[in-house]
Amino acid sequence: QEKTVSGKVTDAKDGSALQGVSVFVKGSTKGTQTGPDGTFKIKVSSGATALTFSSVGFASQDVTIGTGDVFVKLVQNNASLNEVVVIGYGTTRKKDLSGSVTTVSSKDFVKGAITTPEQLISGKVAGVAITSNSGAPGSGSTIRIRGGASLNASNDPLIVVDGMPLDNGGISGVANPLSLINPNDIETFTILKDASATAIYGSRASNGVILITTKKGKSGKPTYSFSSQMSVASIAKKVDVFSADQIRSIVNTKGNASSAALLGSATTDWQNQIYQTALSQDNNLSVSGSLKKLPYRISVGFLNQDGILKTGNLQRTSLGINLSPMLLNNHLKIDLSLKGTYSQSRFANEGAIGSAVTFDPTQSVYSKSNRFGGYWEWLDPATTTGLKSLAPLNPLGLLLQRDDRSKVQRAVGNALIDYKLHFLPDLHALLNVGADLSEGKGTVLVPDSAASAYMRSPDKKHGGVNNQYRQTRQNTYLNFYFNYTKDIKSIKSRVEATAGYEYQDYLTMNYNFGDYTTDGTVISTPIYPFDKPENTLVSFMGRMIYTFDNKYILAGTIRRDGSSKFNPNNRWGTFPSGAFAWKIKEESFLKNVKAISDLKLRVSYGITGQQDGINNYDYISYYNLSGNQAEYQLGNNFYQMYRPGGYYYNRKWEQTATTNVALDYSILNGRVSGSVEYYYKKTTDLLNQINQPAGTNFSNKIVANIGSMENRGVEFTVNLQAIRSKDVTLDLAFNATYNQNKITKLTISDDPNYAGAQFGGISGGVGNTVLINSVGYNRGAFYVYKQVYDPVTNKPIDNLFADKNRDGIVNSADLYQYKGIDPKAFFGFSANLNYKKWNAGFVMRANVGNYVYNNVASSTGTLRNIINPIGFINNGSTDYLNTYFSGSGDKYFLSDYYVQNASFLRMDNINVGYNAGKIFNKRANLRVSANVQNVFVVTKYKGLDPEINGGIDNNFYPRPRTFVLGLNLDF
Amino acid sequence: CAVAVFASCTKKLDLLPTNDVTSAQVYSTPAGYKEAFAKVYGAYALTGNQGPAGNGDVQGIDEGFSDFLRLYFNAQELPTDEAVVAWGDAGIQDFHNMNWSASNPFLTGLYYRSYYQITLCNDFINQSSDANLSSRGITGVSADSIRTYKAEARFLRAYQYAVIMDLFGSGPFVTDKDVIGSATLPTQATRTQLFTYVESELKDLESSLVAPRTNEYGRADKAAAWALLARIYLNAGVYTGTPRYTDAITYSKKVIDAGYSLITNYPQLMLADNNLNTSEFILTINYDGLKTQSYGGTTFLTHAPVGGSMTASNYGISGGWAGYRATKTLPALFPDNTGTADKRSQFYTAGQNPEINDQTVFTDGIPVTKYRNVTRSGANGQSLDFSDIDFPLFRLPEMYLIYAESVLRGGAGGDATTALTYINNLRTRAYGNTNGNINASTLTTDFILDERARELYWEGFRRTDLIRYGKFVDGTYLWPWKGGVKSGTAVAAFRTIYPIPSTDLSSNANLKQNTGY
Repeated sequence: QEKTVSGKVTDAKDGSALQGVSVFVKGSTKGTQTGPDGTFKIKVSSGATALTFSSVGFASQDVTIGTGDVFVKLVQNNASLNEVVVIGYGTTRKKDLSGSVTTVSSKDFVKGAITTPEQLISGKVAGVAITSNSGAPGSGSTIRIRGGASLNASNDPLIVVDGMPLDNGGISGVANPLSLINPNDIETFTILKDASATAIYGSRASNGVILITTKKGKSGKPTYSFSSQMSVASIAKKVDVFSADQIRSIVNTKGNASSAALLGSATTDWQNQIYQTALSQDNNLSVSGSLKKLPYRISVGFLNQDGILKTGNLQRTSLGINLSPMLLNNHLKIDLSLKGTYSQSRFANEGAIGSAVTFDPTQSVYSKSNRFGGYWEWLDPATTTGLKSLAPLNPLGLLLQRDDRSKVQRAVGNALIDYKLHFLPDLHALLNVGADLSEGKGTVLVPDSAASAYMRSPDKKHGGVNNQYRQTRQNTYLNFYFNYTKDIKSIKSRVEATAGYEYQDYLTMNYNFGDYTTDGTVISTPIYPFDKPENTLVSFMGRMIYTFDNKYILAGTIRRDGSSKFNPNNRWGTFPSGAFAWKIKEESFLKNVKAISDLKLRVSYGITGQQDGINNYDYISYYNLSGNQAEYQLGNNFYQMYRPGGYYYNRKWEQTATTNVALDYSILNGRVSGSVEYYYKKTTDLLNQINQPAGTNFSNKIVANIGSMENRGVEFTVNLQAIRSKDVTLDLAFNATYNQNKITKLTISDDPNYAGAQFGGISGGVGNTVLINSVGYNRGAFYVYKQVYDPVTNKPIDNLFADKNRDGIVNSADLYQYKGIDPKAFFGFSANLNYKKWNAGFVMRANVGNYVYNNVASSTGTLRNIINPIGFINNGSTDYLNTYFSGSGDKYFLSDYYVQNASFLRMDNINVGYNAGKIFNKRANLRVSANVQNVFVVTKYKGLDPEINGGIDNNFYPRPRTFVLGLNLDF
Repeated sequence: CAVAVFASCTKKLDLLPTNDVTSAQVYSTPAGYKEAFAKVYGAYALTGNQGPAGNGDVQGIDEGFSDFLRLYFNAQELPTDEAVVAWGDAGIQDFHNMNWSASNPFLTGLYYRSYYQITLCNDFINQSSDANLSSRGITGVSADSIRTYKAEARFLRAYQYAVIMDLFGSGPFVTDKDVIGSATLPTQATRTQLFTYVESELKDLESSLVAPRTNEYGRADKAAAWALLARIYLNAGVYTGTPRYTDAITYSKKVIDAGYSLITNYPQLMLADNNLNTSEFILTINYDGLKTQSYGGTTFLTHAPVGGSMTASNYGISGGWAGYRATKTLPALFPDNTGTADKRSQFYTAGQNPEINDQTVFTDGIPVTKYRNVTRSGANGQSLDFSDIDFPLFRLPEMYLIYAESVLRGGAGGDATTALTYINNLRTRAYGNTNGNINASTLTTDFILDERARELYWEGFRRTDLIRYGKFVDGTYLWPWKGGVKSGTAVAAFRTIYPIPSTDLSSNANLKQNTGY
């Protein structure tokens, strides 16, 4: 039996009628909406007890169904503004933030088969560019916040997990140390961008800080959550190379009799040979609840991911335990967190990628001979090994004849103890101690029949590889601080003060092993059994936040850091910051303007430091004893040589000063919100590898504090609640970042003829580099020759380049700075649509103004590559048809023709989900989802993928296209 | 933190490396001195501290390219008729095309390699001062040995300054008086100043070196200092404008009279067991296929010219690198290309086109087979990947040729008859009999230039010789692809001196670029 309940909903503040409020029978999906006058009517079954009222910007409310009409007053809640946000060494309310802090919580994470945490927020945050390094299982990403502040020191942000800063260094046997954290355990990412937010992290914060918070236990009965994902990945795009018939035709028309004789009669697509359709599954189970007064969360995860390059595989078992007991009458709060991971990887030989592009498609895969494992190889009876010298090796042989396996275990644990003093409850004493222990080890096995290691001993009698590696890391962390928070109502003030001490030590143990052939013949032995690099940071920090009248916020931080990497006189650096925020909305002239929900102006300035990415000890010269193959004969004896190392005594902290001006806005009752920020970062005393004056040091290049660089940019974020209706909600989020980078000083002495520091080695011609850091230009400009084009056909003319300085000679003095590897602007766009029990969404990203050097085209798209004068045939990029380059000479590699516009629009992810609701006698809730990752890319770039870290596209492991099916079961 | 805690907190910031040691530890024993001294010499042979690659001495250049001999060979041979290269490595084609710039990576590498060795020498000389020896308690025979090491380090430094003087004309000047690692910028020494310094330094240290042919293999003695003096005196006119042929005669004669003799068989000069050639070699850079590995040195000289239809195993290597050949003018100096008459003629011609249509095609040009990693008995060297061949920095025939040329150019203290005898000594060995001997009327300076090519080709002399003869840049002597033109062309005169690398100009405000660059 049903009855009808009617009533009216009003705003608690002013009693005005509220339209569009969702009204549901509690515990069901049956619902309606209020009309323009705030009234509603709903049919309910006789068993229904309560109605739920909810509307954006208001706290939802349950009302018991009585006999008469229901009148409800909803209370406005700036829920998002009251959210508590993690900041460095503490938390604050979002509305009280004075720095540039962006939080992405789990509901907004990128969905799909995400195996490494940082991909959860790719495209979600303005100013943060996350580029996956390759398509290999577990491979990491390069994260750049506001362009990165350094040249030769690190540009990676500091990553802090549950209050514990991680080491940015890699771990042997794992492609990416972050991948050892199970993405399913992560609750929020908080990105600190401006100096006001980051300076409390002082020394390591120049490139921004990413705070990761893992999920904690909740009070109540245990709830279980199980999720499972199955995915199928396949190659999205292959390198465009010639078919076997095309190669036969090119060789027969352009080659001579001897090159034609090298052709085979087979038709092999080598890229098809090395790639596979890869299956993966990711299963996670967690339980969360409270055992008496002990909230806990325990999770286990198992990931098994195959690579699309054959043989590659990653298996990761992870365990996460979080305990959050409250003791001493809630005066003592303890957060214990333990994350353990065991991963087993088999790394595919990525050398096969390039080899598959260039290997002759007219040859068959197998040779019908047992030699070289049965794989067809280029032969030369004149050589000792029988292999053609310098010829490429069979791609499938490279892949299947190398067995590179690693086992990595890691445990990260910390305890955050928060003691609220009994006699002064406003004062907290906090202690955070933790350790990050890991061990990576592995073996590389190559059979002695493999062409890649054939007869590699000096006497050419033993081959193969039987090597191992091992590394342990022991990072310890201690942090102790006081936090005092006091509302002083009498003077409308709120004060928060923090002061503390921190200690971080990063100790690595690298075990050295010899190089052996399959049968154990020694190729080389290490001189030392191990090495133990270590560095330590000691810091003191303080922070004061003063809020007056809930309108004006003044914040200041200071941190003093000591690093073992600098000499005792330069060891300490001081990093201050200050910020001011004005909550304009709270002013009387805006307080009652309904159209504006929130408006806040933030201004900050601060200085941060950098010492990551430089050597541990070289502020004085140390002598290094040479290895067994670098001895020198004097008389009849061979001596190991003591070599003094280059050093730079006066090295000190690199400093970045950041100015940030921002406006946070929220209008139309919170339906539209976001921020606009402007920043200017100037890095001075740049840790920059510079040439030492010849004759003054033991190394001609040393990382010294010479140079300066600027980044300036604008970030824009808008979040739009586009549709809010009973059945349909649509959320759109858009962010845009414009960043301009400029190097303003690089060298000790200003020589106008010195172009800058060249880097960016390419494949093709040893020593060729295509990038340069030059004063007056952006970091990572291409440094190339200006290609001359045929005015009629518009085709590039082989080996003809502009004589830019008009001295009659085309030489390196005619190279010029051209474009750059970094995007000028990048964008993220995501949408989430809910319709009844369905939801759908997508994430798109775009980069504009980034260029890529197409090294695949330059090194393989020439006639000389296809008909190699050394006596073999190669496949090559079909770009040859655009240029018909001969491949002779040494300058075509550096043609600006190969520097291509790599602006792109990428559909990262499209997902669809269905909430099946209660199943199993209403004891469990089931959600199912499907999504596609790497759906499509729109770009003018001619190579495989326009999104290449470092701007040089050479044998890139292709990002697969992945189809994922997932289910979540909560019970 | 309280003060005490603060102190303990911050003390942890003093960390030391695990395996590397300080200078005080290295130089505490005579054995440590010898290991540091080995680096002073080894910096010629090796590219770094981990053979064959992985821990290079010189940055900014591929480590395999960065040893002294390979860089020196490129600078001295590639811009001449003796060598062209097929590769496309950055800047390598600039040499033969004679269009190098101040940012050429090979010239930059050579410059920094030379100054690297100078810096090592300066450090070692400092560490070997009498004050340091006595403060470290090293006395007696050990101290005497170290004083000899010190004199040899001074010799090696003088040698490198002579190289800088020849190639770059001028350069920054640093000695053991300068503090390494200080911010003080070195001043630039002119070519004449470098000449004066090298000359006076050699004369000063000569007495501290051991007598000719009495040192350990691979270490310099008095004869090495004399030979270097003879070499710079021969070219003094180029360096300072004032010829010193009389001094060239004096010092070449001192070496010749020190008891050296030619080995019997010229083709055995550059073999895997050429450490047996001590009667002729005055000072060598030592290589070993197992213990002294790099991709430069004689490993480079054995692998780089093997390609085309050449059988790698004939040269004691597992496979060639198909890079370097001579232009046709070098084999044309010999009566035949096969070594039938003049056994010094060591070329490979099968399948090779003497005309170079494309420098980057290995089969255009004539490969040189002078360096072979096989022993006199025909056995392979210890490794097929790395050469055992030692490289003579100085050997007796150069002294004969300096003597003869200096006599012909009017130097005093020598005589034409002796000069002719010396030249015929070389030719008698070359022919295996006296059929190739010449008479006095044939012995001209131009003959000497050709004879130097025949005797010393691919040993790093050609550029200096052509400059001394005025034939390097002008149009009077052309070879295929000189100046980047197939038939050869003159290039600007400033190219007789290489440019100071732009990287150093940007680091040292005291330096001025050479004219023309």
